[in-house]
Amino acid sequence: MSEFLQQLLNGLSLGAIYALIALGYTMVYGVLRFINFAHSDVFMVGAFIGYYLGKLVPEGTLWGGLLVLSGAMIGCALLGMFIERVVYRPLRHGPTLNVLITAIGVSLLLEYTGQIVFGAAPRTFPQIFPTANYHVGSLTISSNQVFVIGVAILLMIALQLIVFKTKIGTAMRAVSLNPKAAQLVGVNNNVVISFTFGLGSALAAAGGILYAMNYPSIDPLMGVMPGLKAFVAAILGGIGNIPGAALGGLLLGTVETFIGGSQFSTYKDAIAFAILIVILLFKPAGLLGKFTIEKV
Amino acid sequence: MIAPRLHVLRYLRLVKNAGFRFAAALAAAPCASVAAAAAAPEPIKIGVYASLTGKEAVWGQSAEKATRLAVDDVNAGGGVLGRPLLAIIEDNQSKPGESVTAVRKLISRDKVIAILGEASSGRSLEAAPICQQARIPMISGGSNPKVTQVGNFIFRTHFIDPFQGTVMSRFAREKLGAKRLALLTEVTNAYAVGLAKYFSADAAAHQTPIVIEQKYSAGERDFKAQLTAIKAANVDAIFVPGYYTEAGLIVAQARELGLNLPVLGGDGWEGPQLLAIGGPALRDTYYCNNFSSESDVPETRRFIARYQARFQSMPGGTAADAYDAVLMLTDAIKRAGSTEPEKIRAALATTGGLRGVGGPLNVDANRDQLKPAYILGYNSGDYHLVQVIQP
Repeated sequence: MSEFLQQLLNGLSLGAIYALIALGYTMVYGVLRFINFAHSDVFMVGAFIGYYLGKLVPEGTLWGGLLVLSGAMIGCALLGMFIERVVYRPLRHGPTLNVLITAIGVSLLLEYTGQIVFGAAPRTFPQIFPTANYHVGSLTISSNQVFVIGVAILLMIALQLIVFKTKIGTAMRAVSLNPKAAQLVGVNNNVVISFTFGLGSALAAAGGILYAMNYPSIDPLMGVMPGLKAFVAAILGGIGNIPGAALGGLLLGTVETFIGGSQFSTYKDAIAFAILIVILLFKPAGLLGKFTIEKV
Repeated sequence: MIAPRLHVLRYLRLVKNAGFRFAAALAAAPCASVAAAAAAPEPIKIGVYASLTGKEAVWGQSAEKATRLAVDDVNAGGGVLGRPLLAIIEDNQSKPGESVTAVRKLISRDKVIAILGEASSGRSLEAAPICQQARIPMISGGSNPKVTQVGNFIFRTHFIDPFQGTVMSRFAREKLGAKRLALLTEVTNAYAVGLAKYFSADAAAHQTPIVIEQKYSAGERDFKAQLTAIKAANVDAIFVPGYYTEAGLIVAQARELGLNLPVLGGDGWEGPQLLAIGGPALRDTYYCNNFSSESDVPETRRFIARYQARFQSMPGGTAADAYDAVLMLTDAIKRAGSTEPEKIRAALATTGGLRGVGGPLNVDANRDQLKPAYILGYNSGDYHLVQVIQP
């Protein structure tokens, strides 16, 4: 039983990070109907900004850690908006496939520029937050795990509030529903799309920092696997659906951890992805997604 | 060198006498370099492939430094057969597949007479068939026995995994008193799979069975699932055959889960990243290496002093292997009296009694080495020598 609970905790803390990255995929898809493949590399840049900022503040302090976290989120928000402005906006009225291929190009550009700027060798991420281990019965909970789950929940609640309770959130939903109609009623689509990219990238940066805190070895290709998993999580939950992305991330992280702890650990990705296929066979729009008919 | 210089002077005087002062300044430079090139003997080209960047960059970079040190030493002593050595170094980015490209380029374009590299058995196994096919001798720093089994052109400077696995299993049994063992193996790595096999064979033969085996792939970062399963299996020690980045993460996560058992590893653990990631969590961890900076062998001490003086860093086992590979090769070229790959191969096969910086170099019938193993244990910030085990 204690092994089960421990694995559940491990799975949830991994899943929370997937969920944070998945939110970025899902938000951009919701507004623009395309998959921003560069998202997983913004996640990587977030971890590296954290690495450099972490050297400037004293290690293991709460305020220093929060400063690093917010610095990385702001840095990545700017990067996300910059990518959208320079690369995606000029292509917005072209075929979706062009934007998709460009996104892959931006992803590779970030990865290999990262190898030149940061170096290809892995770096050790500093302990930016104070750490401790708590023992509850036979369960061992590290402060990092609690922190990851806590921050992820806080950010998701904040996101939900932004999308449903603010003016810009309403505008985001309007653009998502019908961009032309939104423009007709006075929504500035460019501002909304920029904001969406900024918000998604900031969440990716938070994910990057949390990931690096738990697994303190970072390199320019670190985003590839978590990015792919988060993409799957977004689809699993129903792409374009924000609670769906969170659910998909938590589910995928938990399934992966449980299989990783069994004797089938080498097949953990295969089994996790097989589950995805089965779910999509029965629920083609994902767990929480609604199937919409494409208007021709 | 005197003759060409005189020749240049005479040429200059000739030009001056003719009154072409301006032309002389233009003509002198190219003329001098042509004359020098004609006089210097053609260098003997050796090819080196190493992981200069990527996950195992630490090994490749220290191997590169040690190779340069060794080549400069040979050249300072007059070279081999009166010719200087020239090392051409290629990077494989620590990636599978890249070693093949690098080695093909070294053999076909640079026309090297031998290939040196590399510390990883997996990548050595990729390059070895290319060298064997091209009939170019290769000296690897890998420990997996399959590397030299590729063919009679493949040699090594390192001890082999059956020895290393036995040493660590014995250490767990005799020094740590472990009765029940756990394995956490990197399944995407030929070295780790081989080492795990030899470790468990020895453990099973001595009634200290492996009660649980968990697996991971290269580049994974989350090991909590596997470690939680190991924790539930109630073992006395964990053996982690793998590379240093993952080893550091594994030990750190094990301690986070309250798993305060001895963790053992092989020579793949060597790297400063291990200390940086693991930190104080590394207490009660041990690994086996072919090299110790605390060894009292005079060749090793001298090598460490010179490496430190030149590069301001501590050499590791991969540096010693890279230095010894150059040593083995130059010794073979001297004894062969030729730079023909076939003759070098024959000479390499009879290498014996050579005193390398990482221990004695004796090539056996399987083209492997018998060298002492150093068991290092973590103590207050760094790894220190715990035990030396002779083959």
